[in-house]
Amino acid sequence: MILLPCPWCGPRAATEFAHIGEVSVRPDPGSATPAQWRGYLYLRANPCGWTSETWYHRMGCRRFIKVERHTETNEVRSATAAGVAEVPGTGAGMTEIPDATAGARAGGAEIPAGGPAR
Amino acid sequence: MSGQTSAMRLPPQPGEVINRGEPVEFTWNGRPVRGYAGDTIVSALAAAGERVFSRSMKYHRPRGLLSASFHDPGCMVQVGDEPNVRGAHRLAADGIVVTSQNTWPSLRLDAKAVNGLAGRFLTAGFYYKTFMRPRFAWPAYESVLRRFVNAGTVSPGTAHLRPEKRHAHPDVLIAGGGPAGMAAAISAARAGASVLLVEEEHALGGHLRWGSEADLAVLAELTGLVAAEPGIEVLTDAVALGRYDGNALAILERRHGGAETERLIRARAKTLVVAPGLIERPYVFAGNDLPGVMLSTAVRRLINLYAVKPGQRAVVLTANPDGDAAVADLKRVGVEVVRVEDARLGGDIVAATGRAGVRAVQVADGTSIACDLLVTAVGWTAPTSLLNASGDRPVYSPQAARYFPDAARLPENVLVTGGIAGDGSVEELTGHAAAVGAEAARRAARTAAAWIAATPTARPAAGTGAEESVRPIPELPVDAHPELFAGRTNGFVDFSEDVSAKDLRAAVAEGFRGAELAKRFTTATMGPLQGKLETVNTVAVVAAATGATIAETGTTTWRPPYVPVTLAALAGRAFEPVRYSPMQPWHDAHGAVPLVAGAWIRPDRYGDAAAEAANVREHVGIIDVTPIGKLDLRGPDVPKLLNLLYVNKWSKLEIGRVRYGVMCAEDGVVLDDGVTGRLGEEHYLMSTTSSGAATIWEWAENWLQTEHPDWRVHVTPVTTAYASMNVAGPQARRLIERVTKDVDLSNEAFPYMHVRTGQIAGVDDCVLWRIGFTGELSYELHVPAGYGLHVWQTLLDQGADLGIHAFGVEAQRILRLEKGHFIVGQDTDGLTRGFSAGLDWAIKLDKDDFVGKPELAWQAAEGSGPRLVGLQPVDPSVVPEEASLIMEGGSIVGRITSSRMSPTLHRSICLAQVEARLAGPGTEVTVRLPDGRLIAATVMPQHAHVDPDGGRMRV
Repeated sequence: MILLPCPWCGPRAATEFAHIGEVSVRPDPGSATPAQWRGYLYLRANPCGWTSETWYHRMGCRRFIKVERHTETNEVRSATAAGVAEVPGTGAGMTEIPDATAGARAGGAEIPAGGPAR
Repeated sequence: MSGQTSAMRLPPQPGEVINRGEPVEFTWNGRPVRGYAGDTIVSALAAAGERVFSRSMKYHRPRGLLSASFHDPGCMVQVGDEPNVRGAHRLAADGIVVTSQNTWPSLRLDAKAVNGLAGRFLTAGFYYKTFMRPRFAWPAYESVLRRFVNAGTVSPGTAHLRPEKRHAHPDVLIAGGGPAGMAAAISAARAGASVLLVEEEHALGGHLRWGSEADLAVLAELTGLVAAEPGIEVLTDAVALGRYDGNALAILERRHGGAETERLIRARAKTLVVAPGLIERPYVFAGNDLPGVMLSTAVRRLINLYAVKPGQRAVVLTANPDGDAAVADLKRVGVEVVRVEDARLGGDIVAATGRAGVRAVQVADGTSIACDLLVTAVGWTAPTSLLNASGDRPVYSPQAARYFPDAARLPENVLVTGGIAGDGSVEELTGHAAAVGAEAARRAARTAAAWIAATPTARPAAGTGAEESVRPIPELPVDAHPELFAGRTNGFVDFSEDVSAKDLRAAVAEGFRGAELAKRFTTATMGPLQGKLETVNTVAVVAAATGATIAETGTTTWRPPYVPVTLAALAGRAFEPVRYSPMQPWHDAHGAVPLVAGAWIRPDRYGDAAAEAANVREHVGIIDVTPIGKLDLRGPDVPKLLNLLYVNKWSKLEIGRVRYGVMCAEDGVVLDDGVTGRLGEEHYLMSTTSSGAATIWEWAENWLQTEHPDWRVHVTPVTTAYASMNVAGPQARRLIERVTKDVDLSNEAFPYMHVRTGQIAGVDDCVLWRIGFTGELSYELHVPAGYGLHVWQTLLDQGADLGIHAFGVEAQRILRLEKGHFIVGQDTDGLTRGFSAGLDWAIKLDKDDFVGKPELAWQAAEGSGPRLVGLQPVDPSVVPEEASLIMEGGSIVGRITSSRMSPTLHRSICLAQVEARLAGPGTEVTVRLPDGRLIAATVMPQHAHVDPDGGRMRV
């Protein structure tokens, strides 16, 4: 039962979260070919190593977060608000989230590699 | 037993755990046995002179005491309807019914022991090779073979337990309550840590409990110190089953609430200290499984804990001080020790002989000595299970003849102490453990500080935990120990599975040259003991057969659970909370038949559903629709969200208007439907299907948070904040007019598909939607939940002269089917894309983007997929069961998705999915009923069977 460092709630048991899946980039719906779109729908890299995935803190703050996790060791090297992925470090999106605690994490500051448990 | 109830009971011993003032009596294979409180089942039986407690798995050989602990392969018994009870651990209790398992006709004379004579045909691989062919015969083979297995019997009448689970969050969890575990706990608690100390036996103390007077004095001191620390919680008769990521541990409490009831504790430890001690290893030689062949720890436990004399004439093979101590114990209590073979001086055991027990032992010089007890002390197995699960790979030390943890591989949050880490005096071990306990507390404090620092909402920690310096942990000495695994004759390596050294050598000869391969071929280490006694010997025998060293051969992998656990404990109590609407008291009082709908209990009907439906068409009805999902949406970007989630257009929804919308997923499959109304400039109320309430909330949040974090929308679930009811029927307006203030209900002022807010029955802030799932003039009222019952009752009172009756879900399903409204998940499934559901009118492919748009555009272009159609059987009296197939020749071309007898039309009506080419109005299709009959049915021009123009709801 891994600990996930929720940017809002701190380290919490993974059982509090729903695993949404690998972060996949949504193709432009106006120009996507069926192959591109179905790749987005169904194909996942499923790497043995570092992967970016979305988790949803269902039993907690109900925020969707983007987690960089090593699938072999379960090491987590970052956990940020899901919506800021496209512009790392700029805090894009973060400032728009009307959440009292968001300011503490503005800028998408990363949790130290490995999380505090190690 | 011959009536002797205490044939082997010794006079009081200094460390005995039995209470001679409290006798207990139980039955063993039908005969009464007396023991004392504190006795295990098997110690009481041994005191009464019993030596044989079970028959072995394959050869049905008699088996007795070996380790006198939980992990004793020969002591599994049946207690009442509970099979596979570890009889050398389970405490004897008054009145329990204990029987030996799967012996026939009796334990003493077991007919299946003929397997032993045929043993040379039952070697490793016998099952695989013999019962493979013909394959169809395996069930027959299995039912016969099953009778030979020495497991107990399961009773279908056994009460189903629903034990609670517990969550624990100790700073330091210590697995093992021997001297090292106790010392570590005391020192960690003194450093301020909360400690959970978990001990497998019935009391703390480990080997001190059956040790010398000096050991007992240390035990008393440590026990007092543990009891004096309020920060230590002690769990006895409890085991750490496994360690998982993030130092999550599953702890099994075997006795909970004063009964033999298991409970699972899910613990998250900041630091784990592994201090399980060592398990004594058996020696492999001919006859090593005979009753009367015991480990030195078994002998010492019998004498010192239970005051049981293990035999009369003993031969002892000793390779270490514990064997020597066993010799001293035996002599002290009057056992005649006729020979001590000292392995350190070249002594050895060649073979033990006897039938139901040891009669004689052949020693290294060839002499044969008559005896009834053979004690071996040949070394130790380190139970490294929790370390394996932490990523550690124990390394073999030839000098010590056992495995040690690889300190370099241990994670920061796992420490080891006690016998698993090294040897030494009790003082050296407790000194080491005290240092480990302090360091564990320091690391736990540092972790706690890091967790707090990573929690924005937490108050800052007092310290970071980093200011305290690392506590140095002294090295423990490692004593030299001769390597003794398998002697010069063939004996059993795995007592649970009846695997001999010869079987393992045969496996190697067949090419299974590694420990893991030989294990799987022979099933060595795969029985109830899971390697605790037999792992090292298995590896050693395989190593010798392959010519490799033990280190090169590697070891088998310990996997959780460390000990058996009942499924009841793992499952725990089922949490299935249910929801009731605020109107439930009225439903209860009026004979509502309950319907389980997702998390909700709803009235299915109050009486005759068809009559309830007819009353809606003729007069007015009221239904509790509280479970409908409701989301309060606020913000300037709500139209963007609606345009994204729904397939239809939302940009121009005026204030006061309501629109029906359908959502599809990104694969174009219909996800949910409902209406959304605009209450204010930036204020909308969305409804979802009852079952989709939670899903659509998360769906909306997912899109907002991950794809469009810049959109300013607040989503608040208000499903249970409102009680919802739908008033439907020709008299609906007259009724609503009587109870509503400040709302003009005329058709001109408040037309179909509009929303108003106002006061109903004196309750402010109610929302009125004029929509029509039933196809009648109807108002859906959402009132603050606390007033739900009041408004409901008021409407029924006020509507009495209008002919109002409550109707349930079944009547609603009839009415909506008459109107041809589909239900997501009933008339659609996980493959039904938007156009298949007949949503051509709603899907706006000219919108820039919406969820699922590309798939729907492609479906439109290809015209692919089935179509949902209205269908009427030619014979109006036949209602084809839902899911009946629509056939064309031998092929399935569709299915009935909904069907009812229409009380309005007095004929059967259906919705069905059919292949697109059959969807044209007037097409005749063939429906196969569940009984095989084929009936004809006609595809209708539209989904609605009643009032297809919708005039009735627009009045």
